[in-house]
This record gives sequence, C-alpha cells and structure tokens, in this order.
Amino acid sequence: MNLFVRLLRLGRFTLAAGAALLTPALAADYPTRTITMIVPFAAGGPTDVIARIVAQHMSTTLGQAIVIENVVGAGGTTATTRAARATPDGYTLITGHMGTHAAAVPLYPKLAYHPTKDFEPVSLLAGTPILILARSDFPAKDLREFVTYVKASGDKLNQAHAGVGSVSHVSCQLLKSVLDIKPTGVPFNGTGPAMNALVGKQVDFMCDQIVNAVPQINGGTIKAYAIATPDRNASQPDLPTTTEGGLPAFKAQAWNAIFAPKGTPAPIVATLNAAAVKALDDPGVRKRLLDLGSVIPEPAERTPEALGKLVEAEIAKWTPVLRDAAAN
Amino acid sequence: MLDLFSNLALGFQVAASPVNLGLCLIGALVGTLVGVLPGIGTIATVAMLLPITFGLPPVGALIMLAGIYYGAQYGGSTTSILVNIPGEAGSVVTALDGFQMAKQGRAGPALAIAAIGSFFAGCAATVLIAVLGAPLTKLALAFGPAEYFSLMVLGLIFAVVLAKGSVLKAIAMIVFGLLLSMVGSDIETGASRMTFGIPELADGLGFATVAMGVFGFAEIIRNLDTGAESDRQLVQQKITGLMPTRKDLRDSAPAIARGTVLGSILGILPGGGAVIASFAAYTLEKKISRDPKRFGRGAIEGVAAPESANNAAAQTSFIPLLTLGIPPNAVMALMVGAMTIHGIVPGPQVMQKQPELVWGMIASMWIGNLMLLIINLPLVGIWVRLLRVPYRLLFPAIVVFCAIGIYSVNNAPMDVVLAGVFGLVGYWLVKHDFEPAPLLLGMVLGPLMEENLRRALLISRGDATVFVTRPLSATLLAIAAGLLILAVLPSLRRKRDEVFVESES
Repeated sequence: MNLFVRLLRLGRFTLAAGAALLTPALAADYPTRTITMIVPFAAGGPTDVIARIVAQHMSTTLGQAIVIENVVGAGGTTATTRAARATPDGYTLITGHMGTHAAAVPLYPKLAYHPTKDFEPVSLLAGTPILILARSDFPAKDLREFVTYVKASGDKLNQAHAGVGSVSHVSCQLLKSVLDIKPTGVPFNGTGPAMNALVGKQVDFMCDQIVNAVPQINGGTIKAYAIATPDRNASQPDLPTTTEGGLPAFKAQAWNAIFAPKGTPAPIVATLNAAAVKALDDPGVRKRLLDLGSVIPEPAERTPEALGKLVEAEIAKWTPVLRDAAAN
Repeated sequence: MLDLFSNLALGFQVAASPVNLGLCLIGALVGTLVGVLPGIGTIATVAMLLPITFGLPPVGALIMLAGIYYGAQYGGSTTSILVNIPGEAGSVVTALDGFQMAKQGRAGPALAIAAIGSFFAGCAATVLIAVLGAPLTKLALAFGPAEYFSLMVLGLIFAVVLAKGSVLKAIAMIVFGLLLSMVGSDIETGASRMTFGIPELADGLGFATVAMGVFGFAEIIRNLDTGAESDRQLVQQKITGLMPTRKDLRDSAPAIARGTVLGSILGILPGGGAVIASFAAYTLEKKISRDPKRFGRGAIEGVAAPESANNAAAQTSFIPLLTLGIPPNAVMALMVGAMTIHGIVPGPQVMQKQPELVWGMIASMWIGNLMLLIINLPLVGIWVRLLRVPYRLLFPAIVVFCAIGIYSVNNAPMDVVLAGVFGLVGYWLVKHDFEPAPLLLGMVLGPLMEENLRRALLISRGDATVFVTRPLSATLLAIAAGLLILAVLPSLRRKRDEVFVESES
C-alpha cells in the first residue's frame, strides 16, 4: 500500500518534470494537469481541513485533481518560501493564513518572502474566530470580571500558547496590548499540549481558535469568556462577543486564503478565484465549514483585490503588536 | 461492570462488521509494512493516507488509521533485529539485543518473541483502556511541566544504564544527543540555534535522519569494511530454529509481563511517555537480571520487554484522545484531523456522544492485534530468509529504502545529505566503542526536557525547588538518583577489577 502511494508520487514527479520541459501551458487551456496545493501545516490541522474541503470542490470545477502537499516547519514559513519560489504557472498554489501572510513579517526579520510582493492573492477561504478561554475554576464570572481580575493580577497569571507565531500566541499578544497586561507567556508545542495544560489547570488562560475549544467548553473542562468576532457564532450561540462583553477593542480572527506565486497570469488567477468562489457557494462545502465554527467570507470579500487589501491591513495590524511585545 | 459489557458488545458489533474488519486488516498490513521499511515513519504514512480515508465512514477510517499506528510498532522491530536499523524511537533498544541475536543466528526467535510480546501487551493494554480509561485520564492531567521534566531526567538515566560499555562514554553520548536536539528554533523566542543560517535546520534534526545515519548507514559502512565480510557470512550460515524454544519462552514471559505494565502506565502520559516506555522496560530487565552482562549480547529478555512495552504504550496512548479529545502525539493529532474532516470534533464528551466510535475502536484493537500476530508469525521465516540474500545486493536496497524514507518525512533532500553525514559520524563512533543508543535517547528526550524545564521554571517564576516540592516530580527524581547510583557503583568496582587484572599480567 505504502509502496503503491510512493510509486504514485514518483509518477507525479516524472509527470511534472516532463511537463516542465514542454512549452508553458497556455493560460486559455488552464488547467491541463494536476495542481499542487501546498498547505504549510500538518495534515489534519485547521488550515489543512479547510484547504482540503475547498480544494476537493475546486478540483471538480477545474476538471483536474488538486493534490494537497503538507510542508511543515518554522511556523509555516518554510512552505511559504517554497511556494513563493515556485514557477508562477498556476500549478503550484498555497493555502496561507494569518501567520504566514501577515504575522510572519514582524516575527521573522529574515523572512525569505514578502506576503504582498511575492504572491498573487487568489481568494479568501474562511475565517476562524478566536475565543478567550480560562481554566475551569478561574474566578471570573464573565468577561468584565475577567478583565478586572487579569488587570489586578499583574504578572501573577500564566497564559498558555501554542508556540511563537501560532494563532494562539499572536492573538493573545493583541489581547495583552489592548488590556495592557503582562502575564507570563508559557509556550507549548502546539495547540493540543496547550489545551491539555489548560484542562489540567496548570495555566490560567489562553486565546485559541474556536475549532479546538468548542468540545472542551461543552464538556465543562474549560471556561470561555468571549468570542472576538463582531457576531456570535452558531456553534457556540450562548457565548457573547467581545463587544457585548465590554471589550470592543479586542477583535481577532484567524483566516485562511489561497495565494499563487507572483507573476501567475491574471486569467489563471481569475479561473482559480471563480472555482474557489463556486466552492464557497456550495451548500455541502458551506455546511462543513460552518460545522467547524468557521466564518465564510461574503462575496465582496472573496475577490483577489479584497484579499490583497486584507493582507496589507493585517500586516499593519499585527506589526506594532508583535514588535512591542518582544515575543513574550 | 454491566455497562462495560454492554459497551464492549456494542464495540464488537461495530468492529466485526465486514467493512470494518477489512479496514482493520488493511491498517494492520500497511502498519506492518511501514514498520518494516526503514525510515518510513508512521506520521508520514498516516498523513499520506489521510485523504484516502475521507471517503470512508468515520469509524472505519479511524480503525484503519489506528491499525497503521500499532501495526507499525509490530513491524518496527523487524529492521531493528535484522539489519540494526530502528525505524521508530520505540525500537531503538530492540536493536541492541535483537541484532546480536540475529548475528548469532537467532533472528527467528527474536522476531517471534517480539510479535508474541507485542500481542500480549496489545491485548492487556486494550483491556486497561476499556476498564480504566476514564479514571486514568486524571494521571495524564496531573502531569505538569515539572513532572515531565523529572520524567525526562529519569529517561536519561535509563540511557546510562542500558549502555553495555563505559558509563563515561554513555554519558558523553547522551550529552552529544542533547546537544544535537538543541539545533533548531528556540521554543520560547523562535530564535535559531546552531542552524548556521541553513533554513533546513530551522526545525532541528529529525529522529529518522539521525537514526538512519548512526545506526543504518554506519552499520553498512562497518559491514563493508573488509574484516566484517566474514562476520556477515557467518550470520548466513548458522541460522538455527525459527521459533523460540521452551527456554526462550520461559525467560521471556516475566519480561513481557513487566514490559506490558511499564508500557501501559507510561503510554498514558501525553508526549514522550511512549518513547520512554521501551527504554524503561529494557533498563528494568537489565537491572533485575541475575546476569546483566548478557544484555547487549543477545539476551531474549532485551527484545521481549521493550517490544511489549512499546506496543502497550501505543495502545494506552489512545486514552487521552478517547477520554479528553486531546491528541497526545503527532499521529493522534492526525487522527483528530481525520475526525474533524468527518465532522466529529473529539472532546471530553466523545465517549457519551459517540459510543459506537470509541468502543468500536477499542474492540478493533483487539481484533487488530490478533491479525498482527497471524500476519507476523509466518513472516518470520521470510524475513530470516532475507538474511541469506548476498550482502552486495542487500545493502544497496537498504540504502535506497532509507533514502526514500528519510526524504518522505519532510520532502527535503537536505535530510538525506544529513543522514549521510551522520552515517560517517556513526561509523567513527562505532570504531571508538561509543554506543549510538544513548545518543538517540538524548536526542529524543532533549527537546521535551528543555521545553518542560523552561515551562516549569516560567510557571514557578524561576523557583527551582518546584521539582522537589511537587510529590510526583520528587518521586521521579528520587528513582532517577537511585538508578544512577546503581549504574555507577558496578563500574567503579570494575575499575578496581581492571587494575587488579593488569597488575596480574
């Protein structure tokens, strides 16, 4: 079985190598062969799941298979560097996210790519709301009490996160700068171990994506204080927003989007965008994304231009927060 | 208790459906193959096969993925024993005595006892999951950063004990392993350490890369040395029985039982527990053995105990996933991904909300372990025959498989180059009587130890007494101190003996 998969892959490489020797495929015929979609995180993670759900539908629209290639490492920047250097022919794409295409800019001074200069935006896929979470016996009753308590505690509290550059780290940096608090940041190797520590009451609070948190909230093993989006989320309807809870300045949402290397012909970007938009309108795809607690972008947010603006706005948003905080 | 039986009945009903039986078999077969092929790890395989499972019903998908995971633990021992190449961290110690047994023509009994031990451990650990899964979860939650650090210290002491030669050299290798483990990004600040500006080193050195190098490639270089050629032929000539003798079984039975208990307990701890299990089991056997000198020279207990332990740990490591919904390692994280794609988000309520999923999986582990025993015992004959293949044909095949395996972990050509470099390093080490096993243990435990040390000190605000004031942590450190004394004492005594011997001659 394994050998079989390996042979298949080998076949794919020879195929790709062969095609590269021929004249570049005309944009009008695109796509004529398998498309590789790089996911800069491990299979099964939130970005991977979203990419797979959308890519599956896109491949039926495009009439060519989309192969997901998970390339992990350095907070997703290894994969993103690879994608930035790929041939801009529409056959190598990347599902980037808030980290790789915004937060990485201030976090990694020697970043080998630039999110706007080295990529053509294709389409925003989904947003993942961020929640404020705490251990199950945390004294605060609601968000207001949480804010008062956290402010009064000075540096006594421990805040877990999934490693520098992770969504849980980056989003909590914003919370810390909004509240002007300095809890001790305790890094864990990924969301799972961080959640384990919160459930085990070894740390006090953290910020995390809704997908990871909902089952624990429902199981009563952790507390949730607010969701940092403008609207409440259907998968956790009783959870108030930060605005309702009196903390409108804390708004954060992780997002995932498709990018192509800079120089990919405009007609190809348009074809890919149309396929992604069609996937986001499909009831089956929508249901699966909503089940994950994702926020599906409105039609106006799905254009390449809108994504380009989002990336610029996000870089502007995170740069001061992450520079000031000096990774702590 | 009644609940348990009705739950198990439900589980077997789910697991015994023809589709799920078939998927369980596929999983077990793929797992065995993954374990056998050097360098191809479970994580890479599960990640690759994940998309295939999208079309399957969720229970079936998970049964298959779980099968791959524990199947690989069965298969992993094969290359360790036959060609001295551990495919997974858990089978490093199996290579110590397993390969020696193979050299003595006893590859058959070694492989068979590994399968039998794994089967017993798998069955026993599954009972444990079914009966005590929920209460045992508390143990996993009681382990904070301080406890993990102390557990890792204990793990490193195991590495000293399992060395058969000089204690000083073993400690040197552990420190070298720890040093290698520090290559990569600092977990707290993200700063690069010892990467020399090479982007491929930013995530550190992979276990497979170093293991293939210092064990696999180094062994090949050594074999191609002129002197070793005759040694090799010897192996081919004197293959004796395929199955363990009655004496082998008698020697192994208590080792299997102890390995199972140790593995089951350590497996529950998320992150690192399962890795330490096999080392701990080996150390225990060596310490309580009446003749510890046999270890590292082909003692069958040295194969039976760690193989039982790593399989038991592989089973019980499902407990945090099934009861809390928190994946304890990378393979489990992929399984969570598989569930998420099917719209099941595992959490503390998964046992109540999806009983057919949880109990179906538990029941399938029993069936899967039985299948693995049936697959593996007849294979022993085939593997042993593989040793008869002339070495000039065998070694290029091993090199190619290793290279493919290493490349497939990260799709990075640099990793293959690094494995080559470590092959040379390993060859030098072998020539100078340094053992590679402690190096690998240091490398595997290093990051866990460092992370948890820093976490514990962050949470205690720099107060180092936290390691001795927390009872669980203090107990672990006390055991470590005791073991170290036991390990150093005989070597001090031996020094005296050596002096004595020299003065005589």
